[in-house]
Amino acid sequence: MADHILLRHRDIPGLDQIQTYRQYGGFEAWKKVVTKLDPIDVTNEIRASGLRGRGGAGFPTGMKWSFIDGQNWPHYVVANADESEPGTFKDREIMESNPFQFLEGVAICAYAVKANDAYIYLRGEFWQIAHKLDKCIAEMETAGVLGDRIFGTNASLHMHTHLGAGAYICGEETALLESIEGKLGQPRLRPPFPPAFGLFGKPTIVNNVETLTNVPFIVSRGAEWYKSIGTEKSPGPKVFSLSGCVNRPGNYELPLGTTFRELIYDHGRGIPEGHKIKAIMPAGASSSLIIANDEALATPMDYESVPKVGAQLGSASVIVIDDSISIPWLLNKTIHFFKHESCGKCTPCREGTYWMMHLTERISKGEATKNDVMLLQDVANQLKGKCLCALGEFSIEAVLTGIERFPADFEAVTVKTNS
Amino acid sequence: MNALLQNHADEIQAILAKYPADKAGKRSAVMPLLYLAQHDYGYVTKEAIREIAECCEITDTEVASIIGFYSLYYDQPSGKYRVQVCTDLPCALRGAEEFLEKLCENLGIKVGETTPDGRIKVEAVMCLAGCDKAPMFQVQGPEGLEYHESQTVDSALEVINKLGQG
Repeated sequence: MADHILLRHRDIPGLDQIQTYRQYGGFEAWKKVVTKLDPIDVTNEIRASGLRGRGGAGFPTGMKWSFIDGQNWPHYVVANADESEPGTFKDREIMESNPFQFLEGVAICAYAVKANDAYIYLRGEFWQIAHKLDKCIAEMETAGVLGDRIFGTNASLHMHTHLGAGAYICGEETALLESIEGKLGQPRLRPPFPPAFGLFGKPTIVNNVETLTNVPFIVSRGAEWYKSIGTEKSPGPKVFSLSGCVNRPGNYELPLGTTFRELIYDHGRGIPEGHKIKAIMPAGASSSLIIANDEALATPMDYESVPKVGAQLGSASVIVIDDSISIPWLLNKTIHFFKHESCGKCTPCREGTYWMMHLTERISKGEATKNDVMLLQDVANQLKGKCLCALGEFSIEAVLTGIERFPADFEAVTVKTNS
Repeated sequence: MNALLQNHADEIQAILAKYPADKAGKRSAVMPLLYLAQHDYGYVTKEAIREIAECCEITDTEVASIIGFYSLYYDQPSGKYRVQVCTDLPCALRGAEEFLEKLCENLGIKVGETTPDGRIKVEAVMCLAGCDKAPMFQVQGPEGLEYHESQTVDSALEVINKLGQG
């Protein structure tokens, strides 16, 4: 992609300065929205664009906005900047280098759903980014594009940052809301969903940073333009976080529907010399393991195509695994993460990740029998469909697909049983 | 007496102003106030827990439960600087585990230990969203929290030696 839409700072140096941002058309979309459009027009435009949530679920953004309960006030907008999925580092780059476009997206969303307060929930490790955003928000207030009487109208919007403190689970939207309320970050039972019962029990729209960063461009260039990028059902650009066994890891903004091969070989410059690609995890640690054969590499990375090779696109955090990596070792890594991050609220996840950690540890050390592998599979299947949120559900993806698709790796590390 | 409130009256007022002006909104201030206390005392002391509970109109136990749940709050003193190396999958695929081991070897400690002078504690932590620039670590200390990416053992030792010298 010649011109970046989300990682626009790569084309325009100094885009994190308010003067530069304005010089390149910054806040024009926001001004158009506040001075010329009705909230419902904004939601309809986003709906027509086909924009889907970039945090992982791929839910249609405009539809989510239209769910806001108009009978209960006040409304809130919350930007999910908790980015904690292993392999995901896209929102961080957007906020560090293109913060105003993100904040403009938050503002437009707030106008569309009639919220006067917006919170940006950042993971605690993003302490420096939170300070940067605080500064950006203050500059926007001084410039009259935020605060009260925005662009001289009666519109008002206040933005606040809120730092988490090291809990992956707070990326789950209801756990995130609990955390802003000063409680343990544990997911709520749903329904009701946040557009009906969200922050402080009020209607709330929670969107990912990257999702919101798309919004100003959709408003200024229109839904039709947006739909010309990407695929029919997965329109728009996407930031792919590429990591693992690859020569040039990093963020790459490409249209949805770009193939794995193009990302890994053209942009990522392939696998380090002397090694061959073995597996791909397209959605971070929460991902299924795909066998990296020709069919998989030719698969377009969009919400519809990735499931055809047995995984999900999720947050598009593509972790590349080469032939030097043992799958049992990898599973021990991911399960150790999920065990550490399980919030403890629901039993299947709390106990399941604990037992899976012990089993994967034993297996990866070569001290396990084939029965242990079967037991691991059994425990994983017992979590399936029984957890309160996606953390537990996704913790088993790599386990089940790893055992099923890479049996030789388990043969190699299991000891013979006596029976 | 509430030392936290006395020393940071304006800051605490600004924090409370971010949230609704009712009892629920006061509770929202618990996480920012824990950071404030931790910054002042190096860790969250028993006294700080009481002070925060008073500001947020919740019980001491509720404040303590927040400290227990979130990994960036500490209720025990430790090394002045926490050097936290990510060893999650994407970093591990780029040599983070060997990096951590060699770094500790050079400092003469094991993972999770503090140097004898009480200055540096080295820990392995979960994903820090720096996967493409591994090995990487964050440093938590009196000056705040800082990322150091694309590191070698030598460059990391240099960073560690310079901690606290501006």
